[in-house]
Amino acid sequence: MRVTGPSISLHKVSRDYGTVRAVDSVSLEIAAGSLVALVGLSGSGKSTLLKMINRLVEPTSGTIRIGDAAVDSIDAHILRRRIGYVFQNIGLFPHMTIARNIAIGLELAGEAEGRAARVGELLDLVELPQDMASRMPDQLSGGQQQRVGVARALATRPGLMLMDEPFGALDPVTRDNLTDQYKALHDKLGLTTIIVTHDMAEALYLADRILVMEGGQIRADATPAELLSGKVGEEAEALVAIPRAQAAHLIALGKSS
Amino acid sequence: MNEAWNQAFSRVPELLAAHVQISVSALFLAMIICLPLAIWAARSPRVAAVALTVASLVQTIPGLALLALFYPLLLGLSALLGGGISAFGFLPALLALTLYALLPILRNAVTGLSGVDPAVAEAADGLGMTRGQRLYFVEAPLAAPTIMAGIRTAAVWTIGAATLSTTVGQPSLGDLIFAGLQTQNWTLVLTGCLFSAALAISVDLLLGLIERGIRERRKILAWAGMALIAAGLLIATLPLMIARDNIVVIGAKGFSEQYILARLIGSRLEDAGYTVRYRDGLGSAVVYQALSEGDIDVYVDYSGTLWTNQMERGDSQSKTAMLDTIARWTSSNHGVKMLGALGFENTYAFAVRTEDAREKTLRTLDDLARVSSDFNFGTDVEFLERPEWQMVQDAYPIHFKTARSFSPTFMYPALASGEVDVISAFSSDGRIAANNFVVLEDPKGAVPSYEAIMLLAPKRGNDDKFVAALNPLIGAITVEVMREANYMVDRKDDKKTPRQTASWLNGKLKE
Repeated sequence: MRVTGPSISLHKVSRDYGTVRAVDSVSLEIAAGSLVALVGLSGSGKSTLLKMINRLVEPTSGTIRIGDAAVDSIDAHILRRRIGYVFQNIGLFPHMTIARNIAIGLELAGEAEGRAARVGELLDLVELPQDMASRMPDQLSGGQQQRVGVARALATRPGLMLMDEPFGALDPVTRDNLTDQYKALHDKLGLTTIIVTHDMAEALYLADRILVMEGGQIRADATPAELLSGKVGEEAEALVAIPRAQAAHLIALGKSS
Repeated sequence: MNEAWNQAFSRVPELLAAHVQISVSALFLAMIICLPLAIWAARSPRVAAVALTVASLVQTIPGLALLALFYPLLLGLSALLGGGISAFGFLPALLALTLYALLPILRNAVTGLSGVDPAVAEAADGLGMTRGQRLYFVEAPLAAPTIMAGIRTAAVWTIGAATLSTTVGQPSLGDLIFAGLQTQNWTLVLTGCLFSAALAISVDLLLGLIERGIRERRKILAWAGMALIAAGLLIATLPLMIARDNIVVIGAKGFSEQYILARLIGSRLEDAGYTVRYRDGLGSAVVYQALSEGDIDVYVDYSGTLWTNQMERGDSQSKTAMLDTIARWTSSNHGVKMLGALGFENTYAFAVRTEDAREKTLRTLDDLARVSSDFNFGTDVEFLERPEWQMVQDAYPIHFKTARSFSPTFMYPALASGEVDVISAFSSDGRIAANNFVVLEDPKGAVPSYEAIMLLAPKRGNDDKFVAALNPLIGAITVEVMREANYMVDRKDDKKTPRQTASWLNGKLKE
């Protein structure tokens, strides 16, 4: 596996909304090439933390670095062109064909040559048929649309992918498929990925490191195995308890039949 | 009948061209103002609130009033800047119509731009688009159908409202409607309405085609619509491109006598070799100013009107002394030459039905005062606000039971049918004699004299050929002849056009 993704470091990063502190002095190191899941309940600050990395949200204080460079050392739109961003509501451009949606990053970068070939490559990568290229977004299912969303984010070959509940709105089968395939893509392309989810089962399955957030702070930082073994504290244990209980119930059901 | 239609149609190409020109100019100006403003407003709710409130407020002002408001506004501005701004014709019409077109364009553009799906906007930001790129790639194309619908609404409104620009001296299809209403020439009214409606409908259809092309992402439709509009514009405005030099513009207020006299003056100037245009239906306040600025070259006014309106005098003088004073005043203040009085008067005259005059022995305004508490008063739209009404009330204790305003066309029938009992008629109006109405005398001389006088723009005062062509009209028209001429245009049967009547009148001039 070749690693092309950068490392990330956060130093005492906070973000206030009026009197509410959404993210509270978080310091964090993320190794290049890792797949990190940010888990927590609604309002725990996980999405805010993610969006500060590509400056969709500006921190109130603290510094964030990608590799060695502070994120605010360049214009926000230049920074964002180097980072893949996928989110729950997808946001395909309804007036553009799938091909143009996928290639829009290349268009912004002024890369005129080989766009069609790159679109074909990306459709293969996210396992969509080639004839999708000429369709309009509203002709695709939700799962297909999010595959396009992933392809669009990957078009400019970013090393870092930020994903905000990317598969949260999809049905369980589609979701499972996409989760699997994304994990494979992450490994194949050597990306650094941070994925926000409220689904602990998904995090346990997908990530190689899990950060549990609550009240704007990181309350647990562990591998899936450590979390499952119950060594990481109460907040994490409460979140892990649900999938563990569900799994036990399913196993019991299987045995009794 | 065919004759009347032919005459009406012959004026259409030029008026249609002017109508298209003013409407398109106003629409473009409104778009140039609204689109950047809408982009700003879509990003700032405060700007949106202020801009939309102002645009809505403008919309509540009736179109006619908005046009009228720009006249004093531009005059003031012109005075402030030391002249050079014309308060007459194209400019006030352009500004008023532009303001009128703002609301639909602005409202739709703001709705379209701020209504873009937040997820799509987030994706645009996440992909690293700058604000400009987000507007160009995403927001503008998604808002385009809504914006286009706003432009379409504005276009239809503007074409309709442009008919009102006649009143500030901008030629439009409204010239036909206003002239037709005043002279009860329904062929003219119908022609004006027909062509402005046809213009509005075809523009609406073509803009609709473009809107559909954008909405359904069918470029060919949008381009076809644009090409048709461009071609239509070119053909419609063709008459404007034929340049004409040294055109004489003859002004006329909005009633039959003025139309006839304008044609009489026009035909004499044409015989003298001038090319002539008419600006009909001008308001009293606008027309004198337009003459002094040289926007029109000649028109007929009335001594009492200038005396009370322009000179703001409240006293009375003898007829001849008054004319001398007016001639000196116009010449020294505006360089306007008073060529002379035409020989008849058109003053406010209180008229009653013959039966009432006989049964109630009404001869003078004193007699009217005696019965006024039982009488319903019918008047034109401005008389109750005019100083003459104040002067009459000061001289005679008149208190009417009710007072109602009519357009002159409907005032005479209202008296004849008994709807009202006394009207403020015009003394040279042929309908007084035709209806056997009795005009009450004014023994105290409360109403000032209203001699018809011909006024020339500063640049025409020394034009000997011009003066020579019009001099024979001075003192040449008796009130009897003028009444007959007015009645030829105003009567219901065997109506004559102002031009036909003018040529009849030309043969009746007193040597």
